[in-house]
Amino acid sequence: MASFKPTKIPVYPKLGEKVTQDTLYWKNYKAPVQIKEFGAVSNIDFSPVAPHNFAVTAFTRIHIYGPFSQEPVKTFSRFKDTAYCGRFRSDGQLLVAGCEDSVVRLFDVSGKVALRLFKGHSKAVHVTDFTSDRYQILTGSDDYTCRLWDIPNAVELTAYQEHTDYIRCGVTSKLNRDLFITGSYDHSLKMFDGRMEKSVMSMDHGQPVESLLLYPSEGLLVSAGGRYVKVWDLLKGGQPLVSLRNHHKTVTCLALGSNGQRLLSASLDRHVKVYSTTTYKVVHNFDYAASILSLALAPDDQSIVVGMTNSILSIKHKKSPEESKELTNQQRRRPSYRVFVKGKNYVPKQDDYLVSKPVKQHLAKYDKQLKKFNVSKALDQALVSWTRLKKPEVLVAVIKELDRRGTLKNALAGRDELWLSRLLNFLIGNLVDSRFAPVLVTPAEMILDIYYSVIGQSPVVDRQLIRLQELLEKELDYQRDLLEILGMLDTMFASSLPRKEVPCSGISRSNGLIQGEASTSRSQLPVT
Amino acid sequence: MGEHAEIRVVHRGGSKINFRQPVISNDSRFLLCASGDSIKVFSTSTEECLHDLRGHTDLVTGVLLRPSNHLQVYSCSTDGTVRLWDFTDGILIKTYIIGHPVYSLYGSANHDGVLFIVTDKQSNKGSELFQLVALHLPQCGDQLVEARELSAVLDNCSSNPEAVAFGRLGEYLVSAKELQLEVHFFKKQKSFRFFLKKGDKKGGRNTFTCVACHPKDDCVATGHEDGKIRLWRNFHHHREYTYTTLHWHHSAVASLCFTPEGTNLLSGGVESVLVQWRYKQESQRDFLPRLGGAITHITVSPDGALFCTSHSDNKISVIQSCVKVSAVIQGLVKGETVRTDLVVDPRSKALVLNGKPGHLQFYSLHRDKLLYNLDIVQQEYIHQSGLEQFEVVKAAFDAAGSWLATVEERKQKAAELELNLKLWAFDEPAQSFVLNTTISAPHEGQITAMCFDQAASSQTTLLVSASRDGHFKAWQLAAPALTEEDEGPSWSCEFVGAYHNLVPECCCFSPDGSLLAVGFQEVVTLWSPTSWELLSTLSQPPGTIRDLCFGRLSCSKYLLGSTTSKLLCCWNLLTCSLEWSTSMDICLLLADPLSDNMAAFGCQAGSTDLFVFRPSEPRPLFSHKAVCSGSVTRAVFAPREVMLESCEESSQWLNCSQLYFLTQHMDLLTFTTKAEDDRLHASSKQLVVDDSVAMTPFYLLLGKHQDQQWKNRELMSSESAETALPQSSAAIRELLQTPAHVLPSTSFLCSMFVQSLLVSVGDPSLGEENKPAEEEMDSQKEEEDSEGEMEARVSRPEQAPSGGPAAESAAPTLTKAELRELRRVKKLDHSWLTGLLDS
Repeated sequence: MASFKPTKIPVYPKLGEKVTQDTLYWKNYKAPVQIKEFGAVSNIDFSPVAPHNFAVTAFTRIHIYGPFSQEPVKTFSRFKDTAYCGRFRSDGQLLVAGCEDSVVRLFDVSGKVALRLFKGHSKAVHVTDFTSDRYQILTGSDDYTCRLWDIPNAVELTAYQEHTDYIRCGVTSKLNRDLFITGSYDHSLKMFDGRMEKSVMSMDHGQPVESLLLYPSEGLLVSAGGRYVKVWDLLKGGQPLVSLRNHHKTVTCLALGSNGQRLLSASLDRHVKVYSTTTYKVVHNFDYAASILSLALAPDDQSIVVGMTNSILSIKHKKSPEESKELTNQQRRRPSYRVFVKGKNYVPKQDDYLVSKPVKQHLAKYDKQLKKFNVSKALDQALVSWTRLKKPEVLVAVIKELDRRGTLKNALAGRDELWLSRLLNFLIGNLVDSRFAPVLVTPAEMILDIYYSVIGQSPVVDRQLIRLQELLEKELDYQRDLLEILGMLDTMFASSLPRKEVPCSGISRSNGLIQGEASTSRSQLPVT
Repeated sequence: MGEHAEIRVVHRGGSKINFRQPVISNDSRFLLCASGDSIKVFSTSTEECLHDLRGHTDLVTGVLLRPSNHLQVYSCSTDGTVRLWDFTDGILIKTYIIGHPVYSLYGSANHDGVLFIVTDKQSNKGSELFQLVALHLPQCGDQLVEARELSAVLDNCSSNPEAVAFGRLGEYLVSAKELQLEVHFFKKQKSFRFFLKKGDKKGGRNTFTCVACHPKDDCVATGHEDGKIRLWRNFHHHREYTYTTLHWHHSAVASLCFTPEGTNLLSGGVESVLVQWRYKQESQRDFLPRLGGAITHITVSPDGALFCTSHSDNKISVIQSCVKVSAVIQGLVKGETVRTDLVVDPRSKALVLNGKPGHLQFYSLHRDKLLYNLDIVQQEYIHQSGLEQFEVVKAAFDAAGSWLATVEERKQKAAELELNLKLWAFDEPAQSFVLNTTISAPHEGQITAMCFDQAASSQTTLLVSASRDGHFKAWQLAAPALTEEDEGPSWSCEFVGAYHNLVPECCCFSPDGSLLAVGFQEVVTLWSPTSWELLSTLSQPPGTIRDLCFGRLSCSKYLLGSTTSKLLCCWNLLTCSLEWSTSMDICLLLADPLSDNMAAFGCQAGSTDLFVFRPSEPRPLFSHKAVCSGSVTRAVFAPREVMLESCEESSQWLNCSQLYFLTQHMDLLTFTTKAEDDRLHASSKQLVVDDSVAMTPFYLLLGKHQDQQWKNRELMSSESAETALPQSSAAIRELLQTPAHVLPSTSFLCSMFVQSLLVSVGDPSLGEENKPAEEEMDSQKEEEDSEGEMEARVSRPEQAPSGGPAAESAAPTLTKAELRELRRVKKLDHSWLTGLLDS
């Protein structure tokens, strides 16, 4: 005698992104704080010393925000034109910024007026940075030159005029006081040594370079330009290591997170992508409301700050450990381990006679009814709101089982308004789900057949039926559009595939195809 | 056919055991059932087949315990004989020749020497009328008896054995046919007939399906087509009869049976639920649900301890007093069709085909036993006629037997087709297949063919399925994603191929896995599985390709295909040209996986011919005209357990593997050679088992062990003259077996006995001295053999090495001559004794 086989609940592939360690980590942030700036936020820089304030460069101002404040703790507004690239020195005392008016200004973070003015560039300065010895400043400008300045004297030390287009990004080495790298719109990356007359290394990115980033070890350099993010191995003389193409618009900003374990890139396509630096695969993705111009991460990923073209600054703070734990604590306390092992570890004595109890098969409530052929009750059990809402696949499986038994119509018939509206509610929610649609079409048709005569008697049911109708019309439109796109894609694929003549076996003895038929087209469908 | 006379077609295994009601012996230890043209005796406790009573030449249609001797059984067959067997020893006692086909057999204890049989009426054969006749068994000592003394009892009765029953103490006989119930009283020689209307307003269908009589009471239970059971009483009169109706079954009642005391009535039908009704308290019912296939027969053992139900899926379950199933005897399950082809599991060498609904059965051909059923669909089977169920339509194994692919299908309406492709991994610890991947709706249309890459060397397993939707898909085992460690590898689609929107009908991998041939109607396309490039096309219009087969081993450069336009084509793959073609209507083409032979079944004028050939040779190796009537639907080459070493050209192709095929009527047939027959015959004689013990595997093991011991002893006794091993056991046995009055005094024997226990040291001088003695013993042995005594085991000669020194050292009183004299006396005595025992 075989035992009753319970209804098989199929495991559907989970829709949406898969839950990985990374998604959990990067989702563990609070809702973003949004601050309206005066113009597009072009640069964000975190202070290297605690409490890790950050400088936000937007239009003609630089605001400094504290780690948790939503108001700027300090503002530098003495710019005649748009300010660029406000950056902290490694001790967090000084701040340098370029400007559209070609003057580079150096501020004391606690002061208000510029300490020094560095004049010498002829066009807007988009790149400023401190060298690692703290006494020099690197600048890059739209006049194609990059220069090193001495802070105490405010004099120009060296100027390099090797780029042939605007210099829009640059980074200084944290380990060597003389080394720095600049990227330009002439597609090239150049590494300079302050002690040398000329650049010591040059790399071709292929697109106008928008952003540069050095790994903490400074063995690898990341450059962003166009849709590409490229990683270069500096120790191998600037050999390209990887080229990532995950954005569909220009990548504007790069950042490192999790102590150099993750690389983040922000783009005008409004996405921030997180890469693993070991595999260079995208492990997470953030969406923002507008094109992103600047991105920065606080040390230990405590917050993610993103500046956008619509002059909105979005700050996401990490959830504190207590907050994230709260969720897990909400689960019901289970009986203790002792309860489960009670009596289980009893060892029978020598003369004991062991009576084995037959194992009781546990069945779900709907299965118990199905076992007794109570089809309506089985559907009732599956229709309880918890299953209906949280686990639609259970109800779908029960409907499928009833359909297989040929008793679905009996189960659906004879329902009152409440049950009918529940059923219709479920259908409206899940009918267009591609996983359930093949199963749910049958009960939908049956309900219309059975209750056709009573339409118009209940306003609730009528409203739901109208919603169902609208839903189906919308779905039909979708499908039509999709088919159109598929047709277009097919044409494109067919034209892009090389046409290959297949050798035909018409060599001897009237075997093989007639020559007219001989050409074969090879269709390759995308596997879904 | 003279040259192939030694190869013949035989039924081997898989015959029906649910054809007729099984019979349980009086002591409830044996179960007898008709199975094809033999009767099988099973043990009810161990499910093992103890005897196969062979002798009938046609289908056995009834088995009946002899009322006067419960160790003998009657059987009847459509070959027109009734035979009497001793089923404990498996001996045919008597054969009664009737002359007409017998369809069922009845008897009762009160009719001594009379059997009741159902035969067809000779007068008008066209209308298929059956009559119940009484057969008076002639009292005669001969083995073969002509029994012509027939007297008709009932004129018009049903051929269904369930529709006739004997009443209380055999006083009356009840027969039901269609809408008529007839009760025949033997004493009065009078019949009463009761009629029912065809149906009532509520849609009841009153046709009788089965009858049963209460053993102690005048009550007849009848089952009806609409699931009702009627209990008839007071049927001694035409008018005043009464009946009560019981209704639980939702469709026809297939079988009814009263328990021997008459306290319970058992009924069963399509629902596969055994219902036990309390007699006279019919509202109380017990149920035993989910027994398997539809119940066809119910039997109760004479002591009422065991119930026994036959099921439509060729199964007999033994039930202990309606509580639990204690044993299941399962035969080869046969449906109307085998949707999956016959497949051989490479691991267990079992034949795999459709079994119970939604299952695959693994049937061992060598042991003629069902190994296990694999539940493919994993759904509760609803026993209801007219319900579309999931059916397993395709099954395929990979070369090592570690993966099984199955396709199940359910076609509810014309437009809706539910398809599932399931891939099962062999689980070593559980020794069974475990579901790995389920792909729902792998194709939009029915799957026409499916095959695994059979190359043993390939790293990745590849499965190709071709479908009516015009595509073929390649599936591959994909490694799990790095991020999810909890999931094992699963299967995913690798490639989708199509050719000119034609429907692929068949596909085949080359033995080395480097080529895939897919037949698209008239065109054969060759693909490379590594790059999925279309390499070449071959065609032989008109006529679509039916079967495709790559040659193996030495013929691996050939591709064979059979077309619907009665053509067998062989292409050479090196030149991509047609090597040869011949005009033959081939309905089935298959390759032997172990040799380069191919078998082709050709249909011709209502019968099927077999040709076995090698693609490289023009002459067939073997041909057999008219293998069977009708067409052969499925066939398979099953590898042999032990290779045959036949040198004859015509039977060489059977050396590595055996060809099994299914006929239209679902008979599993195979080819056998004469040598094999002889071997089988010899082995069956060896296997004589003590019938008092049920033949369990445990017993076989121990029995073999014992046998071996006997053999060893004999071996020892025959060799001992040369080897001089310690012969203690033999000496003791001789001591014990010799009658006391001929033995010498105990004091003398004692030292000899102790000596015999010692391991004799190989002393050369002693050895020399022994030589004459040995010769003597040898001559004595010859004498013994010539006398043909059974006492070989007593092993006289082994005394020689031990007895020799003993006599020399410790027995000066007894000379060698005296010793010999003593032995002769003993031997004489033995012969006399054995003579006595024999008589």
